Amino acid sequence: MNSLFRLPEASTHAATVDHIFYLLLVLSGATVVLVFGLILLFAVRYRRGSAAKRGPMPEILSREFEIGWTVATLLTFAFLFWWASSADLSSLAAPPGALEIHVVAKQWMWKTQHSNGAREINALHVPLDKPVHLLMSSQDVIHSFFVPAFRVKKDVLPGRDTDLWFQASKTGTFPLLCAEYCGTNHSMMRGKIVVMRQDDYAKWLVQQPEGDDLAHEGARLFVSRGCSGCHAGSSNVHAPRLAGLYGRAVQLADGRTVSADDAYIRDSILQPKRDVVAGFEPIMPSFKGLLDDGEIQSLTAYIRSLREEQQND
Amino acid sequence: MTDALLAGELPLPPRPDYLRHGSTISSWLATTDHKRIAILYAITITFFFFLGGAAITAVRLELFQPNGWLLTSDTYNKLFSFHGIIMVWFFLVPSIPNTLGNFLLPLMIGAPDVAFPRLNLFSWYLTVAAGAFTVYALVAGGVDTGWTFYTPYSSMFSNTHVFAAAAGVFVVGFASIATGVNFIATTHMLRAPGMTWFRLPLFVWAIYATSLIMVLATPVLAISLLLVIAERVLGLPIFDPARGGDPILFQHLFWFYSHPAVYIMVLPAMGVVSEIIPCFARRRIFGYDFMVYAMLAIAGVGFFVWGHHMFVSGQSALASLVFSFLSFIIAVPSAIKVFNWTASLYRGQISFESPMLYALGFVGLFTTGGLSGLFLASIPVDIHVTDTYFVVAHFHYIMVGGSVSAFFAGLHFWWPKVTGKLYPESWAKFAAILMYAGFNMTFLPQFFAGYLGMPRRYHTYPAEFQIYNVMSSAGAAVLAIAYLLPLGYLTWSLFYGGKAAKNPWGATGLEWTTGSPPPPKNFDRQPRVDRGPYDYHAEGMSAGTDPPEMQNARETR
Repeated sequence: MNSLFRLPEASTHAATVDHIFYLLLVLSGATVVLVFGLILLFAVRYRRGSAAKRGPMPEILSREFEIGWTVATLLTFAFLFWWASSADLSSLAAPPGALEIHVVAKQWMWKTQHSNGAREINALHVPLDKPVHLLMSSQDVIHSFFVPAFRVKKDVLPGRDTDLWFQASKTGTFPLLCAEYCGTNHSMMRGKIVVMRQDDYAKWLVQQPEGDDLAHEGARLFVSRGCSGCHAGSSNVHAPRLAGLYGRAVQLADGRTVSADDAYIRDSILQPKRDVVAGFEPIMPSFKGLLDDGEIQSLTAYIRSLREEQQND
Repeated sequence: MTDALLAGELPLPPRPDYLRHGSTISSWLATTDHKRIAILYAITITFFFFLGGAAITAVRLELFQPNGWLLTSDTYNKLFSFHGIIMVWFFLVPSIPNTLGNFLLPLMIGAPDVAFPRLNLFSWYLTVAAGAFTVYALVAGGVDTGWTFYTPYSSMFSNTHVFAAAAGVFVVGFASIATGVNFIATTHMLRAPGMTWFRLPLFVWAIYATSLIMVLATPVLAISLLLVIAERVLGLPIFDPARGGDPILFQHLFWFYSHPAVYIMVLPAMGVVSEIIPCFARRRIFGYDFMVYAMLAIAGVGFFVWGHHMFVSGQSALASLVFSFLSFIIAVPSAIKVFNWTASLYRGQISFESPMLYALGFVGLFTTGGLSGLFLASIPVDIHVTDTYFVVAHFHYIMVGGSVSAFFAGLHFWWPKVTGKLYPESWAKFAAILMYAGFNMTFLPQFFAGYLGMPRRYHTYPAEFQIYNVMSSAGAAVLAIAYLLPLGYLTWSLFYGGKAAKNPWGATGLEWTTGSPPPPKNFDRQPRVDRGPYDYHAEGMSAGTDPPEMQNARETR
């Protein structure tokens, strides 16, 4: 995968990280040369009994000297902070229109699911030059999604979604590693990222076994798990309608207002008593233990799709 | 007539030093003499050092092969966990404070003992009890959570002896707190007449700053481990997300202790080196007051940088920015200290006995480790290298390259004072150089492996990293020899070493004005202090070869 001293820069982000890395390397190298050089110089020149001049200390070695290098260090570090952080900020949020792919981590494998429902295990095929947005959650302990060639890493948590985005800039196969210690076979929790040209990716995707896409699978679960018994429009039970819910601000019974995002929907499924919508009785049972993370992702995708349908009307 | 008689004192009868003042087992196990307790600690941490070293020897052997050849993954995970737990809490945290600090703090400030001698002994017993819990965890089958005990793995998933190990760390935390309280009280209450705050040797300042961190941070470690035990044993929902808990909460609590704990391990090392460099350069330390402020700044700001361990944990971008900024800021006082040690060599009369070699080794390795810390403070670079061998290399440079080198520097520097014996100098020099070389051979390749993407805590690894692991393991063998050598020649010196004079290095400082080894109550007369530390030459001058002016603690026989 990589030569002995160089890691491929296979994403747009990788070059940015490497620039910062190399600047730090140069600065550190200069500091090492300065400090080690001075120590060696003094060690030789001022070894005990040498003929080098001692006598009264020169005036310049005073308090101002000390303040001078303190301020110089401070300014250098402030610059480094600014430079590194501005690079980081500009790459925080995934660009709109990014390809969404769901990742579920469990001891000790990676399960990925593409937007059309195609599933992979310990592998992920992505198109070249297109932003890819990963929505990730874990079924058990904390894992960490690490692709060295992309210079990206993000912890994958149980009970909470994290996300990560990248744009691959080189075709090829790159290692995917788990970077957060997760138990016995942590070091076997590896996979591969395959970057393909966009048309190859489209062909590959079509050839995958037919799987329902997430929203359709969610729609099936919505009926089979009984959600529709209360939340469907035809129901007699007084429960909130879900169409158009996603992304909206929701007024809660206790006066708070929350935004209906992925985390809110997950919480409402697993802990329905926590955020009760204003005007409704807390009668919904918890689905904790009845749905796994993949199913919650599907349901969330379905609820999100309800918004899209409404906007199309 | 002798000086003492002229001064109007009665000649004292000969009296045994602290080592010969009682030779029964109970005179050791029930002692309240800070010097004897320091010896008890030294024996304890030496035991744990080699225990933790044995565990990592097996790990390094295993890593010769990319797919393992000796151990199962479970055994491998237990070994690196045990190595981390033992080395952090049973060697590094107590190493310099509880041995050299215990021995020297009262001597350096001119006190007969620490403020609470019995508490001091109690804290040693706590350490031993805690060590028993931890060794039990190993003997009973081991613990596999890593030294960080991350939840929910530790609280819900691990099937190993998490309770025993966490209990061990919980108890040793109280030993830490007791020691910290004791040292703070000692520094405040027991300074000799004339020993003002700005006449304190930097080692005392370092121990004082360390004690502040111990007292303020360690309770949070106790809390986080209690919560793990509460969830694991009592089933309380704290970190389990399915029951409304938050696994990330543990990381916040844990790093709120464990980042300051890094400074618990490295501040005392800075103190040791600040004593040794002036002595062997025959120079006043450059910028004494800046050195003091730098240590206090490190102790203070150190409490507000814990989030840089969590840049990839999903914490908010704003939080990451603040922690990144503060992590850069805390590097400033460390840089100042490196510059000041270097400047202290300027116009010195430098000699290179073994303590000085170890101390210069500390400066080199600490500088390298500190610079690699800048990479980890930069968010984009940290995201790439965190949880890889880059981080492993970084913290070993600080905590092993830095702190352990300084521990050996101090051990050699004060060995004549502690034992009254001289060790074979050429062996000591050889070991110091070997340690520096072996350390770099072991950990320098890990920076490369980490940057190229080798995650830490990997039992098996992609084959392209084998070259780096083989280099590392070979270096570790050299390092192991360098650590075993002092065990040999220092033990030898106890029986066959020459007798040490009162002040073999010609150092300033009150501890050198009393006998080697010191008498049970340290000083026969109350010392009076009339000058600052490191008075190797007149102010504004550079180093001379005259013996330094000593503090005003006149000897008595």
